[in-house]
Amino acid sequence: MVRERPADGAAAAAVLADAAQEGRRVRPLGGGTKRGWGAVVPEPEVELSTAALDAIVAYDPGDLTAVLGAGLPLARAQEAFAEHGQALALDPPDGAGAATIGGVVASGDSGPWRHRHGAARDLVLGATVALPDGTLATTGSRVIKNVAGYDLAKLYAGSLGTLGTLVEVVVRLHPRPAGTATVVARGADPALVSAGAAALAAAPLELEALDVRWSGEDGAVLARAGGEAAPRLAARVARLLGEAGLDVEAPVADDEALWAAQRAGQRAAPGGMTLRVSGEPSRLADVLTAAREVGASDAVGRAAVGLTWIRLPAGQASAMGAAPAELRARLAPLRVVVQDAPDAVRAAVDVWGVAEGPALELMRRVKARFDPARACNPGVFAGGI
Amino acid sequence: MRATPSDLLAGLSGIVGPEHVVAHPHALRAYESDGLMRYRVAPAAAVLPGSAAEVVGVVRLCHALGVPWVARGAGSGLSGGALPVESGVLLVLSRMRRILQVDLENRRVVVEPGVTNVAVSHAVAPRLFYPPDPSSQVVCSIGGNVAENSGGAHCFKYGFTTNYVAAAEVVLPDGTVAELGGDYPDMPGYDLLGAFVGSEGTLGVATRLTLRVVPAPESVETVAAFFGSTRAAAEAVSAIVAAGVVPGAIELMDAFAIAAAEPMVGAGYPLDAGAALLVELDGTREECGERLAQVRALCDTHGCTGVRVAADPHERELLWKVRKGAFPAMGRISPHYYVQDGVVPRTRLPEVLDRIAALAEEHGLRVANVFHAGDGNLHPLVCYDGGRAGEAERAEVLASAILDACLEHGGSITGEHGVGVDKKRHMGKMFGAADLEAFQRLRCAFDPDGLANPGKLMPTPRLCGEVPGPYREHPLERAGVAERF
Repeated sequence: MVRERPADGAAAAAVLADAAQEGRRVRPLGGGTKRGWGAVVPEPEVELSTAALDAIVAYDPGDLTAVLGAGLPLARAQEAFAEHGQALALDPPDGAGAATIGGVVASGDSGPWRHRHGAARDLVLGATVALPDGTLATTGSRVIKNVAGYDLAKLYAGSLGTLGTLVEVVVRLHPRPAGTATVVARGADPALVSAGAAALAAAPLELEALDVRWSGEDGAVLARAGGEAAPRLAARVARLLGEAGLDVEAPVADDEALWAAQRAGQRAAPGGMTLRVSGEPSRLADVLTAAREVGASDAVGRAAVGLTWIRLPAGQASAMGAAPAELRARLAPLRVVVQDAPDAVRAAVDVWGVAEGPALELMRRVKARFDPARACNPGVFAGGI
Repeated sequence: MRATPSDLLAGLSGIVGPEHVVAHPHALRAYESDGLMRYRVAPAAAVLPGSAAEVVGVVRLCHALGVPWVARGAGSGLSGGALPVESGVLLVLSRMRRILQVDLENRRVVVEPGVTNVAVSHAVAPRLFYPPDPSSQVVCSIGGNVAENSGGAHCFKYGFTTNYVAAAEVVLPDGTVAELGGDYPDMPGYDLLGAFVGSEGTLGVATRLTLRVVPAPESVETVAAFFGSTRAAAEAVSAIVAAGVVPGAIELMDAFAIAAAEPMVGAGYPLDAGAALLVELDGTREECGERLAQVRALCDTHGCTGVRVAADPHERELLWKVRKGAFPAMGRISPHYYVQDGVVPRTRLPEVLDRIAALAEEHGLRVANVFHAGDGNLHPLVCYDGGRAGEAERAEVLASAILDACLEHGGSITGEHGVGVDKKRHMGKMFGAADLEAFQRLRCAFDPDGLANPGKLMPTPRLCGEVPGPYREHPLERAGVAERF
């Protein structure tokens, strides 16, 4: 395999164009923190590293926008924004600072802040992508409000580099809350935990994050209040969770470690497996119960969003092999995607669980228009795209 | 195959019933334009389906006959996006206005496309609401909002239509029905829904939409602050945002707009004010109170000459009436006006407003400014008298010059009204050839025959090339046993 490290977007497009012409396949590479995502494919001939595209191209604190090179580590961007009391409200697990903005957007990954500010697709205002026809195409704009042209940035977000390689993204920023306070409330019954989270989700509290966790026979709701008034809001949160029958702990102001643990729960332990379940918030208790029944060690969830990550421990190949189909059967019609798992396990299961139908057919048509030679990361995506 | 008009009409009548097909030239006049009246085209027929199945029937018929079609919601759009195509079909969705499901527990509402924007919030009030709130929300339809990715006064804090659509059942231009997005977050596969929202009816027509709603804020504070000049008001906006305040809305009106609207409303805006800023803070009780004091202090340090804080919902409505009445009020002082929708980075507002004033003077026309200052979305109203020779043309030249100024300052030609027919000639200034080519790739994946709303959005009409051969992954390749060379 050849590793290309283009110095700019045009060079990245040239790498793709050469590959497309000569029938080579290209895997994009950012920080290398999600190599195991998607379906298992044969080793591609080319790896296209965005490492040299790591500039903060523009950052205008007054406009709450920034233009970032795709290879820029998210953590480095956040440091720059923090100096101005701002942040990109996207906080997925970042592989000890290695995850790049391009990789995070291309994988559609997210973290606890998803609750308040949405997913990568909601925070990306524009993008420049290197296409396998050798061109660089820009979509969107550098302003927070724009409806000119198709919103292709949303199409690229979560596409795992199968339509082209992101070289630059424009993001919307938010003020960092002046302070935060987190309330943890425990419960030993999935229904109780789920009900506590539902009570908060329905309340006008403008929480920064609202998560659950489950491990063994014990679960908890974690609610993060933000702003100048965070301590007072946390007191209201605590009262609501107490009324829901949970065992409420005192609010924690120094709460970063609690949320780092929630993020870590989105990734498998070495040799283990993570399954991501998408469903209605009202099915949360079912999801937690099903997790126990398929042999999960633990689970974390964005309670009001409807996302749950279920982890299976390493060394249980048969449980891992059976878990995707079993969860899909138990939770139908909820969606279950295999996120991290050893190659041998991923090769033996349906990673994406996308049924044939008009939507998948349309996705294949999109792929065929953008990447007719199938040079861009072929085979890793849903439906063999 | 070339369809005769009678084939088309007979086919349409067979699908929706003759009473829901409009073909008489007099009756068709009502459908000749949308909210942008300067463009008028009569379609071959307007058809009003009553169900998704009927929409499928109409789209399939059009596909079979090779007839172009344009979807229309309430017809309140401001870019000519729903302008009919001559000899085409206008697909009017106003009969499809059922709210199909209200799921308070999961905070979502499922609607047909003809449901009005405000009806969604009403369906979930008082505890929840639907944030995107275009000024036309009482009449405009959700289907149209989705086509245009509509914004509104509150999108600086809450985001746009695209952030609140979870799923769309879409009839593609070949008549197949696809579910884009889904009932759950992060549906595996491409975010086709994200590309569909804001596609101005060029990729298909939605027949059912699932919308996200959110808890209504428990506290709302509305302040009108008055300044000596638009520049001073614009600088106050930047100071408020720089302080980390995220108001629900920040609207700016210049002296000309106040002079037009205040006499109609009687809200007490001083007629000698150079500009007014309408700031609405919403959220938790705790946060709102602190932010209100902060905003007042920031306005004071930026030369605010007076402030009015709404004491109750009635006063809040009155303060907003001046803002919402500004467009209609223009009719009192100018026979015609042309609204632009350019966007600039918020920090560039003061210089762009100065530039607009200079351009207006240069062209000998008056321009009123009423706009969403938080997100830099300008709505300059170019006033002219169409009865005077050459004045309409001059207004258009001025309006174009204003868009050029927005682009020079790193902005966009449209923040919420859409490209439609009105701004497609400016697309080539904002996007290069490669960018437009990428748009065309998406268009061709959805609509290879170019039947859905042709002639809109893209600067020049183009045909789709050959569809690349339908690639099918070999089973061995899928299993990772064989590679493809």
